[in-house]
Amino acid sequence: MRADLELIYDWIPNDARILDLGCGDGTLLAALARHKNVTGYGLEIDADGIAACLGKGVNVLEQNLDDGLGNFVDDACDLVIMTQALQVLRRPDTMLDQMLRVAPECIIAFPNFAYWKHRLHLAFRGRMPVSRSLPHAWYDTPNIHLSTFQDFASLCRDKGITIVDEAVGSADHEGHWTSRLWPNLFGETAIFRVRRGR
Amino acid sequence: MSASFPSDSVGLVTPQIATFETPLALACGKTLERFELVYETYGTLNAERSNAVLICHALSGHHHAAGYHSVDERKPGWWDAYIGPGKVIDTDRFFVVSLNNLGGCHGSTGPCSINPLTGHQWGPTFPVMTVADWVHSQARLADKLGIERFAAVVGGSLGGMQAMQWTIAYPERVANVAVIAATPRLSAQNIAFNEVARQAIRSDPDFHDGWYADHEAIPKLGLKLARMIGHITYLSEHSMGSRFGRDLRSDQLNFGYDVEFQVESYLRHQGDTFSTRFDANTYLLMTKALDYFDPAGQHDGDLSAALAPAACPFLVVSFTTDWRFAPARSRELVSALLRAGKAVSYINVDSPHGHDAFLLPNDQYEAVFGSYMRRIHADITGEAA
Repeated sequence: MRADLELIYDWIPNDARILDLGCGDGTLLAALARHKNVTGYGLEIDADGIAACLGKGVNVLEQNLDDGLGNFVDDACDLVIMTQALQVLRRPDTMLDQMLRVAPECIIAFPNFAYWKHRLHLAFRGRMPVSRSLPHAWYDTPNIHLSTFQDFASLCRDKGITIVDEAVGSADHEGHWTSRLWPNLFGETAIFRVRRGR
Repeated sequence: MSASFPSDSVGLVTPQIATFETPLALACGKTLERFELVYETYGTLNAERSNAVLICHALSGHHHAAGYHSVDERKPGWWDAYIGPGKVIDTDRFFVVSLNNLGGCHGSTGPCSINPLTGHQWGPTFPVMTVADWVHSQARLADKLGIERFAAVVGGSLGGMQAMQWTIAYPERVANVAVIAATPRLSAQNIAFNEVARQAIRSDPDFHDGWYADHEAIPKLGLKLARMIGHITYLSEHSMGSRFGRDLRSDQLNFGYDVEFQVESYLRHQGDTFSTRFDANTYLLMTKALDYFDPAGQHDGDLSAALAPAACPFLVVSFTTDWRFAPARSRELVSALLRAGKAVSYINVDSPHGHDAFLLPNDQYEAVFGSYMRRIHADITGEAA
């Protein structure tokens, strides 16, 4: 399992009802179902991902996140997870609102644009960063809303959303997630656990 | 002999007939004292009787879903692309049951059968059937075959409605359900198309109020028109366009009303073929069953409440260019299942072929549906999919 997913896996309590936005091949949901008695749904638009989910017995819905979560009622589940999708959304801020309507708590992981290597790339080459976590050129990238660890924390403050937990990691999956000294500088991936209200 | 069939075909199949002597109470208030169902099976029922898959057919479908009735048969069963050894519904793994519904015209008790009370054909007096009636009769067939619980109930279009109804009427007897290119209820537009088809049949002078057999007549014209209008709704604008465009049969306009465009020729051919192989009373009855299906109707329009008894995971499949039962109709079903907290998966398969797409080969559809069926089999055997 991807390093960010492993951390998220640890954060999810037994018997939780969850929604995984952009669930990919369903690895996280399948592991949670098997070992933690977690139930829920994954949302995905890639047909290969959907087929892989079905093969694992994971409930998966073909749904574009930009179309919103209107088919889920308020408090439909305990927890909404979204990994590596925030930056591709048309409106990440309204999605955050919807996620916290559907569940009282969310876990969000996204590439931290303030990572030191990205800063160096921009500072010294004067070009948009291209890296392991951001592999696309500026003109064909799906990442239309890149943000930093601090940007997200600031958005939560503005919206009155409580940050329960936060972590950073590197994309090579070997980094330790406990470094909290300068997360905005050294974290390649940012992970937030947030709760509705203050 | 079997060498003449493709290796992924179930090969030669022989329909069987099951006779039921216990009366069946119908939604319309009438009772069928006795009835027969014609059916086919493919594959082998395992010792635990846990690998049975029920196939529910659509408007003009029947029991012959896969394989061939004879070496001379030109075309295999109607869902042969998806049923067979190594196919999506893998007959090496599953025991597949496919029947002709009551009221049909392919061997099950229907308008062409003899009414035992009168000694005369039922004709137009055959009771109007509902999807719920069909599901009850299918459960009787399952009893007879010793199937307590289906590994999956699968259906496309009107067949998908039967699959849905199974989860409401017999939740304990369905382990999985696949509802394909279906809708939880017909729209006014759907009913309108059905009504035009019915009027075409009923206004044919050869219809004789449904007693055409007594007059040794067949309302061919009406059936032909009904099929032509139905067929338009099965295809997409795109698939018709790419297949026929504005192509002419000859190289010039004739300024007359004979067939000029290829699409006219195609529709007339479809209509003609259908008019000689399908019974008019059955067609009327099947379209009524479509119109009446509305499980939410008994729950103040609340589909979630109607689906409350359902206890198995759903697979809901729609097709991007299906405008007869559009993807939005499938999403209504999915949303209702989500509100009811049921296990559900959904995919909107990319296809240019409109409603008919559910019958046709499609890589994406086969990958998703196949993955789902392999997981069902893995659950039965306890192996990893």
